[in-house]
Amino acid sequence: MTTIQTESKAKNKARLGSTLTALGMLPVLILLAIGFHLLSGRFLSVNNLSIVMQQASINTVLAAGMTFVILTGGIDLSVGSILAASAMVGVIVSLWPDIGMLGVPAAIGVGLACGLINGMIIAFLKLPPFIVTLGSLTAMRGIARLLGNDTTVFNPDLPFDFIGNGSLFGIPWLAIIAIVTILVSWFILKRTVLGNWIYAVGGNVEAARLTGIKVPLVLLFVYAMSGLFSGLGGAMSAARLYAANGLQLGQAYELDAIAAVILGGTSFVGGIGSIWGTLIGALIIAVLSNGLILVGVSDIWQYIIKGLVIIVAVALDRYRAKGLSRT
Amino acid sequence: MSAAPLTSAAAVPVLEMRNISKTFGTTRALSNVSLTVHAGEVHALMGENGAGKSTLMKVLSGAYTADAGGEILIDGKPVVTGDPNKAKENGIAVIYQELSLAPNLSVAQNMFLGAEPSRFGILDRSGMRSQAEPILKRLGLGFSADTMVATLSLGERQMVEIARALTTNARIIVMDEPTTSLTTRETDRLFEVIASLKAHGIAIIYISHRMEEIYQLADRVSVLRDSAYVGTLERSDLSAAKLVSMMVGRDLSSFYKKEHSAPAGKKAVVLSVRDVGDGRRVHQCSFDVHAGEVMGIAGLVGSGRTELARLIFGADAKTSGAVALNGRELNIRSPRDAMDAGIAYLTEDRKGLGLFLDMSITDNVNVAVIGEDARFGSVLDFAKARQRADKAVSNLSIRTNSTSINVGALSGGNQQKALIARLLETRPKVIILDEPTRGVDVGAKSEIYRIIDELAREGIAIVLISSDLPEIIGIADRALVMREGRIVGEVKAAPGAPIAQEAIMTLSTGSMTDKVQEEA
Repeated sequence: MTTIQTESKAKNKARLGSTLTALGMLPVLILLAIGFHLLSGRFLSVNNLSIVMQQASINTVLAAGMTFVILTGGIDLSVGSILAASAMVGVIVSLWPDIGMLGVPAAIGVGLACGLINGMIIAFLKLPPFIVTLGSLTAMRGIARLLGNDTTVFNPDLPFDFIGNGSLFGIPWLAIIAIVTILVSWFILKRTVLGNWIYAVGGNVEAARLTGIKVPLVLLFVYAMSGLFSGLGGAMSAARLYAANGLQLGQAYELDAIAAVILGGTSFVGGIGSIWGTLIGALIIAVLSNGLILVGVSDIWQYIIKGLVIIVAVALDRYRAKGLSRT
Repeated sequence: MSAAPLTSAAAVPVLEMRNISKTFGTTRALSNVSLTVHAGEVHALMGENGAGKSTLMKVLSGAYTADAGGEILIDGKPVVTGDPNKAKENGIAVIYQELSLAPNLSVAQNMFLGAEPSRFGILDRSGMRSQAEPILKRLGLGFSADTMVATLSLGERQMVEIARALTTNARIIVMDEPTTSLTTRETDRLFEVIASLKAHGIAIIYISHRMEEIYQLADRVSVLRDSAYVGTLERSDLSAAKLVSMMVGRDLSSFYKKEHSAPAGKKAVVLSVRDVGDGRRVHQCSFDVHAGEVMGIAGLVGSGRTELARLIFGADAKTSGAVALNGRELNIRSPRDAMDAGIAYLTEDRKGLGLFLDMSITDNVNVAVIGEDARFGSVLDFAKARQRADKAVSNLSIRTNSTSINVGALSGGNQQKALIARLLETRPKVIILDEPTRGVDVGAKSEIYRIIDELAREGIAIVLISSDLPEIIGIADRALVMREGRIVGEVKAAPGAPIAQEAIMTLSTGSMTDKVQEEA
């Protein structure tokens, strides 16, 4: 009897522990939201929250892909450039008469292809992810500029503009796509064999190999996922702007995506983390950008404050995690 | 360093730990432990994993603060606890199991890491070297202070750790299982150094699971069990039976369990290895293993046993030879191929190469078979996984409150059992166990022997790689001996006559001609 009780107690404690880690940054998010509301008086309005969701959506999608990669202990620096190239292709294809809708699958396809190339080089040639994706960050930026002859391509009659500006039952399509992305990622990571393998590879790559896990395939998958989500992000950007510019679009997006993942509590060396954490991380970044503008902080100070908040938040999280594990 | 520390030491112990307790949350890791150590003595600290040895040493080194009420006295004077720097100043040095050297720096740089001699912030390289060399000489080491640590063997690195302790004038050196990864020769070297440290009046607290080492070295042995102090034996009172019963709290009548019988006559050959080699560390190894047999592979550390196992399992690529299972030749190019064929391999390095420490027991037990269990091709079946984990926990008596806790939180023995459980889930026909009881406490050892015995009785062919000779003699039906990458002989047990220890020793050190030695 007592053993059963202690057993269920231990189980509850374990469950509570994992919930706490997943929700680690939620209090920070809530505090920020309340703080900005008190300062500006209009942060928590329906209208503004809808804007925040839209602002968070593209970064959320990129960060979801980044979560897969970082969980294996890797990094993908090329997401911003892939997004730019995908957006270019999306807008160019959308200009084809009658079949302009193909812009969306075209953008996603370009992203997937880039991700597969990254993944193949990393998985089969066994080169370091940082170097490989640093290379494709530069190369894909060049390709993005090449695609539009280094100009901005417009399509004022973009056939898929509802993605960027429409909404369903009052919820922006961008936000719906982001939420679906998170749900799909959650399902893959927590409910499939492949997801388990991703955590295993990140936790101990050599043990994973000796257990019979095909490590190269897992790596190929995560970079392909990151590329695919970058392509999706490209389609979303294009839909929002009715245009794409190879030089400016997606600049430094990889940094926001990485920040969201790390804010979400995912370990930089892999093996530990959750997609819900990433969602919260992406929302914190969006809330900060939006809130600071509402409060009227200058552009320069926004950068400084955002950077500091990221560092302090992660420091707090590490401190708390230490306290939890020491029982 | 005064000249005659031995006489004065008898009166006042160099170290006294009194009523040390340590609580983490609700767990009591130490309760009221006291320990007295004299200068110039080797004081062995024994106990099963999880008994509190490491926690006690972490309190000593200042990594943990003891609960109120406990105190530490050095030379009879109470000192501040819970401050690593103060502990260092008080002459306490700890040499950990996982060596803590920076391989990319030189020996001298490592010795003075964190306390570099400098002038106005500029590193005093020549001063560092001139201080390091005499210490290396004193320890009788064959390398200079400028040698890069990366080029040293594990045994030599351990010596650098000891040298580092001497730079801070340590008077109490704690060694936590220092011989785990050393060769016999390196171990002998370490013991010589320990003897010379002793002669200089340095007290050594020596943690080990190996009885022979304790017999050889210890002046006194203190035993911890379940976080509490059990007692201290003088050297004259030492006996294995006494120590073991102090450690486990009960008698271990049949420590080695061997109820399976060596296959009589011609039993089916399960695994057949022919001329396997990698051209570097393993050369032309051939052997057969039969169903229901436990075949040992003995040999010194570095003789190529693990390398051979990894070639058979497909973890490394072999350049020659063939492996057949049940008479059918296999084309093994990866661990996956070997597992699919029915070969399982238990790595010698369970934390580094085996377990996923941040994943649950359930995940660790199931990771090799989740693909098989999955629904719709890839959706995880949690119920099935939990079932397998619960079954493993009860069959292998893994001690845990829940299968959802991280495997890293288990004791060494239970981690090992969880890893064995993972192998068994793949329903292997051959299991290669590489040092299955390394770093495992006595109680768990005996349970692992029971598991091996049961598997043999079920007809599984077992290859047991071990550096622990009594273990091979205790549970194997016969043993191959490896030296310098080759199988140099075979020693068999006969009814009534176990495998001869001397035969293995002479074969593995090469002090006899290379011929097959059979005991009849």
